Order: sequence, then structure tokens, then C-alpha cells
Amino acid sequence: MTEIAWKAERVSFRHPGASRDAVRDVTCDLTGEGVTAILGPNGAGKSTFVRLLIGLLAPTRGIVQFRGRGLVSWPRDAIAREVGFVPQGEESVFPMTVREVVAMGRYPHLGPWRAETEEDRRLVRHALEDVDAFPFADRPFSTLSGGEQQRVRIARALAQHGSAIVLDEPTAGLDVRHEIELFALLRGLASQGRTVVLVTHNLSLAARLADQALLFSEGALVAQGDPRTVLTGDTLSRVYRWPIDVVQSVEAGGPLVVPRLTRPTGSPA
Amino acid sequence: MITTAAIVRRYLLLSLLLGITGVLAVRVGAVGLSLHDIIAAVRGTADSATHTIVVGLRIPRVALAALCGAALAISGATYQALLRNTLAEPYILGVSSGAALGAVAATVFGLDRLSPWIIPAFAFAGALAAIVLVLRVALVAGRVLDRRTLLLAGVVVGAFCNAAVLLFLTFADAESFRSAVFWMMGSLAGATWQHVLLVAVPLVSGGVVLFGLARSLNLLAVGEPTAAALGVPVERVKYLCFALASVLAAAAVAVSGVIGFVGLIIPHAVRLMWGSNYRQLLPGAALLGAIFLVLADAAARTVAAPTELPIGVLTALVGVPMFVVLLRRRDD
Repeated sequence: MTEIAWKAERVSFRHPGASRDAVRDVTCDLTGEGVTAILGPNGAGKSTFVRLLIGLLAPTRGIVQFRGRGLVSWPRDAIAREVGFVPQGEESVFPMTVREVVAMGRYPHLGPWRAETEEDRRLVRHALEDVDAFPFADRPFSTLSGGEQQRVRIARALAQHGSAIVLDEPTAGLDVRHEIELFALLRGLASQGRTVVLVTHNLSLAARLADQALLFSEGALVAQGDPRTVLTGDTLSRVYRWPIDVVQSVEAGGPLVVPRLTRPTGSPA
Repeated sequence: MITTAAIVRRYLLLSLLLGITGVLAVRVGAVGLSLHDIIAAVRGTADSATHTIVVGLRIPRVALAALCGAALAISGATYQALLRNTLAEPYILGVSSGAALGAVAATVFGLDRLSPWIIPAFAFAGALAAIVLVLRVALVAGRVLDRRTLLLAGVVVGAFCNAAVLLFLTFADAESFRSAVFWMMGSLAGATWQHVLLVAVPLVSGGVVLFGLARSLNLLAVGEPTAAALGVPVERVKYLCFALASVLAAAAVAVSGVIGFVGLIIPHAVRLMWGSNYRQLLPGAALLGAIFLVLADAAARTVAAPTELPIGVLTALVGVPMFVVLLRRRDD
């Protein structure tokens, strides 16, 4: 029996003033080992769900537990010491070096007054090395490529030194090589014993590289478990409302998700 | 990577510079004084005229310039992170317009003749009222404090206060008109030890708290989700920082009128020289802001003596070219 990292029990969330729930009655366990991929169409509630997982949002109904404790009662900095987060599309207004960005991962451990110690600097260095960003540690963050910036943000989350890391669409806007490299990096982190949860639109990569998949549709969790069983042509076609085939590929070492080019005439929308 | 020793050296250097400019600023004026005169006056061994000039007039004025410069620079730096806007300055949320409205109202209705504290009191109250109004408007528009809504609210409240100021001035007599306009151009003339205390208390207490929140400001400059994910209770910290930055700006405006450019340019100057980490930026900006305003005030008193130039004019005339040089240096 594997360890459970997150437990969601009948969790719903509705944005204030919204007419429907962004996350609707979700019950699931997220394994503490390996990579969990959170999948689904735009607007399915994936980003809202990960925000519930790290306590950025409190459920309207239901309970989210992390390692056996209800998240609502945790102070923000205590969560930040346990779970690293890489948000979608952040952009600093002021110039910062790569090292300064990663050093922010130590903030939850430092409090308002304490200066960085040798140990903090060591952990920042390790985090930079873990994502192969050490060679450009002193460069301005804004001069890096999209892929490098994303690695540096992951290093910041690693410097938080928690047991888990959550990423919201970390490969958005990256080319094929950078995307694969990032997935390989996340796999590597998982094999070192970290819990990795990510939102992604790359169904084929998720099918091959994730240990667990959660498929969302219109706020509800429609399938969960082994990606190979979750990602079937029928389920995906229904959820994405578009004909999608899942092809087993020996060369790729796993299933490939292939959307058709046109919708067959007469099929239900 | 920057070491702690290097950071300490920077602060020592700036403090030394502040000391030197401070002494220079005390020496110059209608009556030129030697270092010996100043030391004698401080020790109480000078003649009574020198003593009055040094201890009663010059030192409080220079101290007030330093404190206002520091307060405006810290306030501007804080707003820049909170609003994630490099153009933010202490007056961006209507503090100066509110203060002007308070001060002009007091002048036009003749209340300023009752006590020398009426104008600072009205200006301070006007500044805080404007900020509260801005926050209220922003909160009505959205549930949480959104920086874009805040900026818009600041612009409209500022415009409203400015219109009210012009309305008052329309009906003002010549003398009130003149003193109101001079107040709006900024001046440190008439500084007393009470004025110094009025700015020193919020500056020291607010400055210490803001320094404690420096890391949160670093994170807020990156983005609110990032800040929250890294342990910052975002809404609480934003309110606290807004309140402190506003009180610092209001205190400075209340005693010195509207002095522009310090709060915008000084944080950027420190950023261009030493980077954007608020742990170093806030103390650096405070010291550099103090030096800058002490120099500007000394120049305002002496350049066209016996006429005293409005200090706000000088800060812009000197600050803008300085800033352009810094910007170009970074691009090289």
C-alpha cells in the first residue's frame, strides 16, 4: 500500500459571485509516490483544484487533507514549507538574478527578520544544480529562455524543501525538447522520493510518464487512476467533445493520444 | 553574489555621505557658518544668535529634509512592489491631492491663522481621507484589493481632489491663493523640532515594520499567487503595507507640501545600482532619499538667495537628468 499525500473528500469550490461550481464534489486520493497528472479541457477546474491542494483557496464544501491534516487550519508559511508551487504565467516587474529567484524558495523558512544562513545558500545551490541551472545562477532571470525560466521556477519550488511540488501547466509555451526535458526532470524528482503533481495539456506525455492521472470535466472528476486506464479514446472524446483516438505505440513506449482532424458529421456535439 | 560585508560597506558609505551633506547643509544659508560655529552651537558655547540659527532653524530643517526624503523613498519603493508598477510613487493613490485639498481648504477659510499646526493637521487628514476613499472605491469595484482597480481609484480620487482644490482657489483672495500655491510646490521652510518628531515617529516605526516585510514585498513584485504559495498571507500584508506607505507619504506631505520625484526616482536609482531585493532596497532608498532631499533643500535655499526656490522644482530639475544618466549606464 502506497502512502497517500493528498486526500480530497467531496470537495467543491465556487468562486464568489459565480453561478456554478468551478470544482464539483471531488473525492480522490493523490499518491505520495511518483507523478500525478491533472488533465482536462480548458475551464475544467484543474487550476482551481491545484489551488485547493496548496491551500491558496479554501473549499466551499468538503475537506482537503495533506498528509493527514486538514489544510484549512494550516498557516500559509507552514504549507509553503511542505509544498513547493510553480504557478502559471508569473512575471516579476523588477529585474532579478536567477539566484535571487531561487533564494525566494527559502523565504518560508526565514520569517521576517532572519538573514540567510550558510545552510540556506547550500540548499539554493543544490536546487540550482538539480535543474542544471547552476551555470547561469548570476544571470538576470529575464534574459533566460522560456525553458530555462521554468527550470529556475522549479528550482525555487525545490528550495522550499518540502516533500511535494505542485506545478500548474509548467510546459505551456515550451517547444518539444524543452517539454520532454522538463517532464524528465520531474520524473527524476519523483524518483528521488518527492511527490509531484502537475497540470498539463500534453495527454500523450502524461499517459507515458505519469503514475496517476486525474481527468476533470466541467469541475467534476470523471476518471482517476493509472493513466493507461483513464486515457481511453471513448472517455477523452466525451470529455473534450471531439473525436480522439488512443493509439498504442511500441516505438513511443506507451499510448499516444491523437485527436482527429474533423468531427464526423452527425456526431453529437 | 553579494556578501553581507559588502552590504554593510554600502550602508556605511551612504551614512557617511548623509553625515557630510547634513553638515554642509547646516553650514550654508543666508548666514554662512563654519564647522566650528556649528560644533560650538550644539555644545551650547556659541553666542545666542548662532545658537538659534543652528539649533533652532538649520538642524531641524536639515533633519526634516532627511526624514522626508527617507519617508518618500520608502513609501515609493513599497508602492512600486504592491502595485507591481515601476511608475508608482508616494502620491499615486491620491495622497498628495488629498493633502493639498486639506491644506488649501484650511488656507482659504483662514483657519491657518489659528495655529501653525492647522495646515499640517488638515493636510495629513486630507491625505489619509483620500487613501481611505481610494481603498473604499477599489473594494466596491472588486472583492479583494486589485492593483489595477486601485490605480484607477487613485486616479479618479486624485482628479476629484484636484478639481476641489481649483474650486477653492477660484474663490480665494490673493494672499491665500499665493500661500496655497507655494504649499503645493513644497517647502521645508519653517521646520521645527516638532515637525521633525512628526515625521520621525512614523518613519522609524513604519520603516522597521516594512523592513520586516521586505521579503513579502519581493514576492508581491513577482505576483500574488507566487507570494501566497511562498507563505505570504497576501491580503493582510497588502493592507498593512498600503497603510504604512500611505502614512509615511502623508506625514511627509503634511510637513513639507508636495515634493515630487523623490519617491519615484530614488528607489529606481538604488535598484539600478544594487538590484531589486527589498531587504537591501528599503534601507538603501531611505539613506539615498535622505541625502538627495538634504542636498535639494540646501540648493533651494542658496542657489537664488535671497529668493528661496520651491524644493519640488529642484528635485525634478536635478532628479530627472540624474535618472536619465543612471538609465543610460544600465543600457551600456
